[in-house]
Amino acid sequence: MILDHLTSRMTGPDRSPSANDLSRRTFLQAGAAAGGGLMLSLSLPFANSDAQAADADGFTPNAFIRIQRDGQIVLTMPYVEMGQGTYTAIPMLIAEELEADLKQVRLEHAPPNEKLYGNPLLGGIQATGNSNAVRASWQPLRQAGAIARTMLVAAAAKRWNVDAATCRAQSGEVLHPPTGRRATYGELTADAARMPVPKDVALKRPQDFKLIGTPAKRLDTPAKVNGTAVYGIDVQPPGVKIATLAQSPVFGGRVKNLDDAAAKAVKGVRQIVRLDDAVAVVADHMGAAKKGLAALKIEWDDGPHAKLTTEAVAGELEKATLNPGAVAQNIGDVDRAMASAVTKVEATYHLPFLAHATMEPMNCTVHVRKDGCEIWIGSQAVARVQAAAAKTTGLPLDKVVVHNHLIGGGFGRRLEADGAARAVQIAQHVDGPVKVVWTREEDIQHDMYRPYWFDRLSAGLDAKGMPVAWNNRFAGSSVASRWASGWFKNGLDPDSTEGAIDLVYSLPNMHVEYVRVEPPGIPTAFWRSVGPSHNVFVTESFIDELAATAKQDPVAYRLALLDKTPRAKAVLALAAEKAGWGPPLPERVGRGVSLQYVFATFMAQVAEVEVAKDGAVRVRRVVCAVDCGTVVNPDTVRAQIQSGIIFGITAALYGNITLKDGRVEQTNFDTYQVLRMNEAPAIEVHIVQSVEPPGGMGECGTSAIVPAVANAIFAATGKRLHKMPVDTASLKQPG
Amino acid sequence: MAITIKVNGVDRTVDVDSDTPLLWVLRDVLGMTGTKFGCGWALCGACTVHIDGVATRSCITRIDSIGTSAVTTIEAIGATAAGAKIQKAWLDREVVQCGYCQSGQIMSASALLASNPHPTDSDIDDAMSGNICRCGTYLRIREAIKQAAQSSGQGG
Repeated sequence: MILDHLTSRMTGPDRSPSANDLSRRTFLQAGAAAGGGLMLSLSLPFANSDAQAADADGFTPNAFIRIQRDGQIVLTMPYVEMGQGTYTAIPMLIAEELEADLKQVRLEHAPPNEKLYGNPLLGGIQATGNSNAVRASWQPLRQAGAIARTMLVAAAAKRWNVDAATCRAQSGEVLHPPTGRRATYGELTADAARMPVPKDVALKRPQDFKLIGTPAKRLDTPAKVNGTAVYGIDVQPPGVKIATLAQSPVFGGRVKNLDDAAAKAVKGVRQIVRLDDAVAVVADHMGAAKKGLAALKIEWDDGPHAKLTTEAVAGELEKATLNPGAVAQNIGDVDRAMASAVTKVEATYHLPFLAHATMEPMNCTVHVRKDGCEIWIGSQAVARVQAAAAKTTGLPLDKVVVHNHLIGGGFGRRLEADGAARAVQIAQHVDGPVKVVWTREEDIQHDMYRPYWFDRLSAGLDAKGMPVAWNNRFAGSSVASRWASGWFKNGLDPDSTEGAIDLVYSLPNMHVEYVRVEPPGIPTAFWRSVGPSHNVFVTESFIDELAATAKQDPVAYRLALLDKTPRAKAVLALAAEKAGWGPPLPERVGRGVSLQYVFATFMAQVAEVEVAKDGAVRVRRVVCAVDCGTVVNPDTVRAQIQSGIIFGITAALYGNITLKDGRVEQTNFDTYQVLRMNEAPAIEVHIVQSVEPPGGMGECGTSAIVPAVANAIFAATGKRLHKMPVDTASLKQPG
Repeated sequence: MAITIKVNGVDRTVDVDSDTPLLWVLRDVLGMTGTKFGCGWALCGACTVHIDGVATRSCITRIDSIGTSAVTTIEAIGATAAGAKIQKAWLDREVVQCGYCQSGQIMSASALLASNPHPTDSDIDDAMSGNICRCGTYLRIREAIKQAAQSSGQGG
């Protein structure tokens, strides 16, 4: 690639406001690509000011748009596809302004390089998560498309010796209507690469969008219906062996004794790898590896967490909320307001550990050589994988090559590199490439879990029953602090508190504290809808409880607190209207509502549940109203909400990872149940038209549904749930 | 021991223990990775194939139990009338998200449609509730099966 270093600080014309004014800090370079195409190198800005300073010394492109001579447009982007539709939404942003057809655009996986591909909304870490691929790229990618289009038009105008203003770009071509001349982008790339980068480009007004806002077909789908899509678990480097493993059932335990004679006798088993805290069976195929694993006799030293139980973890958290934590938000004077309140309400909440249970079990294929290491994986954070392999092998980063693949479910699990590190440890003992595949049991019992949370809330109501004081102190693990140490400041991180502070409601006196407590003997990680998966449940359960105490309708009660947040008020009113809120339902059937503003998206849900005499809960219908700003692909928005709701109902009804004697008790889909087809509710999604910048979409549905279900169960039974998942025994009809 | 099975119309001979599950023969021995591993205990349906047209969980199907029966996998289901309709409906209805479970979903749905051209909601529940989807695409799967059934009706 030859770069002309035509650097331009883009200061485009006025456009829709953005929470982070990304555009002013965006750099772009254009030049000739190898092979004669036009290459735009784009530096997506860092939202984190420290990272910005660190990179201020020079141009560090992290996204590339290559327009080839054959007219193909190839994007190299720092985001990965894991089912959320990013590989369709990102090309839409560029194609919209470039005036290209979506089918001309192709996306390539970015290689691991945190400096180049760091995600601006994740503080410059190369990862796909927190529902922000579209949020982070919304402005810069449209600007890049507009710049490329302007240069192509300029090249055509120069070639034809006409005024660029008389030319027009359309479907991958530049046209000159007065003379009928036309040239494809492919034909113009070489000339365009020599054009100056325009300083100002005007972006389309929303009403002129052709692609954005249309239900464009997913680009990654055809290969996923005929078996040709390649996930990490599907790679087959020549000579690859298959391994599976048993890790210490208690976190922190070790292998004490190993008898592998029977395992070695299994046909197809090639090798047993004994590590300090795990044993792997390497074989010709997974059938032999599993048979070998079952034949191993392993005696474990359970280590310091041999007696750990869920109850002990919960007890520690509960105790921690008796002491002050870090103040996450303080408005007014809660103590004074509480003292003068007419009614006081107190509640505590428990949320369980949860596994991710991605359909594609954990796996990683590794070939360790003396002078290098090659890895095949599906990862949300490929630079983490590279770093973990370098650390494990002692090789320099540039000797570790990582090939990223499609992800069979991420939900936060594949933001972690623990599995890659483990696979590398095993591969160090194997001559040639080895694919390490976790059994489902290993996957569930050696996950990194959504943290257990304990929350202590109290509120004071005035004579009319409206909240005048709101107190919330909660304790749990700070995943963000481990994952990105810079995020933990003054006892707080932005994830653990999202959904607990900056509420949509007008609360005159509010005080929120967080106590960080890391549980011993169980690792924690991000899980779909992250901090809000906990906080929205608590906040929306408690506000519902306040409405009930005040003997007011839950929707009306919330609406009365929303005068300062009209977008929140609008989605709540819309959800209630579409759900037919109000008219009574049969006995043991109830409606519940929830409202949230998280991931820069407003969402309200109404769930309708039926509680059987034996306490079994069926979610019959969910109505969701969403204002996620400008919608890039409405079909993807609907799909992600449906997806998030099903994921959340699974958590509400079944999700529970428990510890006994230090061991995770759940093993497979029989003991860690997942919602199935026959249990799935009807889901209606109503999208509010908006020209605000896009909000996140991959996770909102999950955090909003859990309190909606719990509140609906209250409406159906009068039983207020303070602990997830739903305890059906407590909902049995008496008599 | 050497065992011969017929996969997608082709005889394939493999040398594995007789109790080896078909899933691993397909994926690791024959290199046909369209059939997916999810649980190993017939709890999730990701590994579904057809044996003589019947949806079968390959993770618990011993290789020596197949005999001369015809094994059909996701790689060849598009060559059947029901399979082609299901695949088209899956694309038309934009069912897929991460896609990992969809091979199994499509195999279960194809077997349903081949044996029951006009399934009711309850038929769909019965045929499909053994297939887990963590992305929660169930609503679209149901719609897609209905669309495919409708196209069956039009085709006579």
